[in-house]
Amino acid sequence: MINVIWFFLIFIGITFSLLTGNGNIGEIVLNSGINAYELLLSIGPMIVLWSGIMNIANKSGLLNKFSTILKPLLNRIFPSIKNSKAMEYISSNIAANMLGLGSVATPFGLKAMKELDKENKHSKVASEAMITFLVLNTSGVTIIPMTVIALRNYYGSVSPSSIIIPSIIATMVSTIGGLTLDSIIRRKNAK
Amino acid sequence: MLNSYIIPIIVIFILLYGIIRKNSVYDDFIDGSKDGLKIVIDIIPTMVAMILAINIFVGSGIMEIFKGFYKDIIPMILLRPVSGNATFAILNNIYRFYGVDSFLGFLASVIQGATDTTIYVLALYFGSIGIKKTRYALWVGLFADFCGICAALIVVKYFF
Repeated sequence: MINVIWFFLIFIGITFSLLTGNGNIGEIVLNSGINAYELLLSIGPMIVLWSGIMNIANKSGLLNKFSTILKPLLNRIFPSIKNSKAMEYISSNIAANMLGLGSVATPFGLKAMKELDKENKHSKVASEAMITFLVLNTSGVTIIPMTVIALRNYYGSVSPSSIIIPSIIATMVSTIGGLTLDSIIRRKNAK
Repeated sequence: MLNSYIIPIIVIFILLYGIIRKNSVYDDFIDGSKDGLKIVIDIIPTMVAMILAINIFVGSGIMEIFKGFYKDIIPMILLRPVSGNATFAILNNIYRFYGVDSFLGFLASVIQGATDTTIYVLALYFGSIGIKKTRYALWVGLFADFCGICAALIVVKYFF
């Protein structure tokens, strides 16, 4: 899919530019290298720094503690899951996602899917619990969108972190919206 | 106001917790940042590829068919579920052309922070256990993103 999208962005762009005479594609191609360099220069060090800080949280057991706090709430969202290992992985995944630890979150997420797959008797059809987990995962609350803040800082924003609270509110609405639709569909299916 | 305190408070809290647990916080930091460096190196090729594609697409002027801020926000919304790097490239362009503290810059920042690469995550997670029928998962995931974008529009108008 990403192959097709990437191809069409370039193909449509160049074709449109040739037909209309808009934009200097040669120059754009050359400048893209510089843009990429600048973008990586602005967010790269922040990713390194934040990974360091979050590793302290991970190694000290703070992440575990955080996922324990989340568990009662998650038990209510996933009443059907009897497998305690699955719940363990799900809460670690959500906790890591909230702290913006994508690389820590993904392995937990994949392990959770494996456990849910066992409960689902290795069916090729997704179970309801899997879908709820994915909705929660993709709409999940990130407390601090660090890369965006780093990029804002690079462009000289007066207040780079002013997006934190608006982002938390928007992402919570997204989580609630997703879970609500999910539970409506579940109830309909149960009838 | 409150926003500028959040990061320092989180950092000091994490450091104190580590110290109380008698962890070697400096060593943990270095270990973690090495992983961070690996992440950065991993995203370089995708970032370069996406910036190239986005710049050609936007530079051709094709989005001029839309008026106002839609011409910048629509590509971002359409690409968000598939590639976080593509929307990051768009975010970068918005900051460059309109300024980071403009309404559009603020809105795009919140959208980037509040939504996720839903289709990518779905493909990765379901693919890992060989699920072929994903049922209503995609629609609920995209609906959640849609809610997030609508909320971003309202919240940004209030905060800006």
